[in-house]
Amino acid sequence: MILSVENLGVEFVGLRAVDSARFAVRRGESYGLVGESGSGKSTVLRALAGLIDNWTGSIRFDGRDLSGKRDRTFYRRVQMVFQDPYGSLHPRQTIDRALAEPLAIHGMDRREERIEKALEEVGLGHGFRFRYPHQLSGGQRQRVAIARALIVEPEMLLLDEPTSALDVSIQAEVLNLLDALRRRRNLTFVMVSHNLAVVAHMCARLAVMNRGRIVEEMDTASLRAGSARDPYTQRLMAASRGYDRALAESFRAFD
Amino acid sequence: MEKPLVAIEDLHVTFRLRNRTVEAVRGVSLTMGKEKIGIVGESGSGKSVTGRALLGLTPPAGEVRAKKLEFDGQDLRGLDPAGWRALRGRRMAMVMQDPKFSLNPVMTVGQQIAEAYVTHVRASKAEAREKSLAVLEAVRIRDPQRVYDLYPHEVSGGMGQRAMIAMMLVAEPELLIADEPTSALDVTVQMQVLSILDDLVSRRGMGLIFVSHDLDLVAAFCDRVLVMYGGRVVETLKASELASARHPYTRGLLDCVPRLDRAQRELPVLNRDAAWLEGR
Amino acid sequence: MSGGLQAWLLDEAPGSRGQARAGAFYRGWLAFRQNGLAMVGLSIVLGLVFVAIFAPLLAPYGPSAQDLDFRLNPPSARHWLGTDELGRDILSRIIWGSRITLGIVLLVVVTVAPVGLAVGTLAGYFGGWVDAVLMRITDVFLAFPRLILALALVAALKPGIENAVLAIALTTWPPYARLARAETLVVRKADYIAAVQAQGASGLRIVLRHVAPMCVSSTIVRMTLDMAGIILTAAGLGFLGLGAQPPSPEWGAMISSGRRFLLDQWWVATMPGIAIFVVSLGFNLLGDGLRDVLDPKRD
Repeated sequence: MILSVENLGVEFVGLRAVDSARFAVRRGESYGLVGESGSGKSTVLRALAGLIDNWTGSIRFDGRDLSGKRDRTFYRRVQMVFQDPYGSLHPRQTIDRALAEPLAIHGMDRREERIEKALEEVGLGHGFRFRYPHQLSGGQRQRVAIARALIVEPEMLLLDEPTSALDVSIQAEVLNLLDALRRRRNLTFVMVSHNLAVVAHMCARLAVMNRGRIVEEMDTASLRAGSARDPYTQRLMAASRGYDRALAESFRAFD
Repeated sequence: MEKPLVAIEDLHVTFRLRNRTVEAVRGVSLTMGKEKIGIVGESGSGKSVTGRALLGLTPPAGEVRAKKLEFDGQDLRGLDPAGWRALRGRRMAMVMQDPKFSLNPVMTVGQQIAEAYVTHVRASKAEAREKSLAVLEAVRIRDPQRVYDLYPHEVSGGMGQRAMIAMMLVAEPELLIADEPTSALDVTVQMQVLSILDDLVSRRGMGLIFVSHDLDLVAAFCDRVLVMYGGRVVETLKASELASARHPYTRGLLDCVPRLDRAQRELPVLNRDAAWLEGR
Repeated sequence: MSGGLQAWLLDEAPGSRGQARAGAFYRGWLAFRQNGLAMVGLSIVLGLVFVAIFAPLLAPYGPSAQDLDFRLNPPSARHWLGTDELGRDILSRIIWGSRITLGIVLLVVVTVAPVGLAVGTLAGYFGGWVDAVLMRITDVFLAFPRLILALALVAALKPGIENAVLAIALTTWPPYARLARAETLVVRKADYIAAVQAQGASGLRIVLRHVAPMCVSSTIVRMTLDMAGIILTAAGLGFLGLGAQPPSPEWGAMISSGRRFLLDQWWVATMPGIAIFVVSLGFNLLGDGLRDVLDPKRD
């Protein structure tokens, strides 16, 4: 297990955002966290990434406990890709600068070569290197964000709704790219999404979250087979199949 | 045949930017009655611009040209601001994507709905309040009295969107343009909002133009679907015949979405054909 | 030639870091150029710089050259803007005085902007006790009335342009700190900051390389708009006899000494007054134009 989370809790002022979450991810596996807004899925990811520090419980990465201050190696081995490609790139820095920054932070060598290679790997040519984010489309920006995450040769990628801000045709391209990269580099993914179908496509196993709790954990095959037991999961499944008059009526009771 | 609610013929919307002009909409035609029309496309396809042109909400940098642009027989071309005001809100209304940005943060939900009502209809305060509570109930808000006095930041996204719809419906418009009305909402909440719209359209005999990027959703919800690409309509379909869509763009959009009912290693990607831009 | 250069600058896919930067700058310039009034402001400010640099060449007389036969002469072909009570050529004094004005401007810029920016971004980014301490210090400085502090400084030290600038600088930076802090509070929540945090960048690195650049443009705009006020304060201190001392051709001091002749020899006080007015206006117009171009909320 490259990642194991036990009894994870996060509390914001007066709100239990995550409550006793536990799951474990194998090396090279792709693991999904599904839920609607406010389910706590993104908070889990942010706690894993070290972006919030008031969590309780235990997170272990590659055998090492992550409470307290994390060393720099952790921040190289685990990288994150954010939801909004318009917000995750610094508006006043060129792509070149965005890719050079992680190399500088981790004191890595052969920077020129790595930047060129990273751009190529995500399907952007040299022509993009010195552009500013506002000159790129959403899909291209997300490719840059992926390149920025991969340039320091991480082992694990934390993906926070990486395609939800993109058009479906671009989503398909980015998902294909992520999947190919994972296979090629034997990366471990933890992917958060509100879209059950996207997670099912990308991940072998997934956990469904609702109101801060993991309500069900299962593998994708059983999800597709419709063997979800938890009523919330079933509802999510039904809703993902598209609009249906009768179905919408049945949701009224939940509100 | 009765007069169509909306008649658009050869609509063009052109934006003049600093050093170039962009043709956002290039020759869209649409005639509709009291039905649910879906306009689907990706970002930049011109779907939202089309909806806004019909409401006279094209930004100043944009120029609208059309052979015909009519609402209930009235020519909308060259309508003056007063003319637009008489139509907008009263006879045609718009619901936008994010209720957080569309509601005024310093007024309660109820006040805003009541104000929308008195702006268009001569009514006393008490009447406006009564009407507002009724319309909140119509969008299935369980405790309208309580929600009436809440501020926008105190309501959830789904409830905010329903309040927004209530505000748009209070003056009982004949045409509602909904621009991605459920994209910011969770799937389960999305269902509810859609069924509310569905109800209102069929019960009140309203026309609805539903602008969305989600082809499956639109097909399940609307009567007819216009698929837009690069400012043109590439295909018009009956929603029930979506499965037999012929245009490669429509087919591509349907195929590239991951689905729960089929597992595939690689998603088919869309190979854009330059000919689509010519509407072929 | 210009076609080739322009194409190079507007290249959508620049080939080097330098080209990217030059291109971004050129696009800003193109937007700025659209604004006629801002161009007027820029011309005035550039004019001030030009006059200050070439003062010895432009001024027909020395700043303190007295010609007692021509005391208090009205504008004429010999003395375009007339002479003062010691027969000094007012045009020459205004030209030489531009150096002092520009000097004040530069001194205030180099002291105020970095201090305000540093205090504001650090307080905003780190929050907690850092924020509390830095902002309370800021509040203390904010509470000083500018002229009173200048009076105190001058009383404790000695009257002079240096102490006037010091007084101005000490009372000018707090609003910059507040501005930078407010912007930092917004910027630090952005995903692009979270992205560098998730890469393990140190707090100081994030502030210097990622947060501060987002606050620089509003600082520049505010600075330009404040410049008029700073020039006026310096002139005011000169007028009160607390800033530049005679025979220095500082514009405020010139008005002060010309005040006595205001009714009969109006030009002695009016001409430097016009200079102050024009330069202040220039900075204000420039600031307005820059705000339109640099405002980060624009994109």
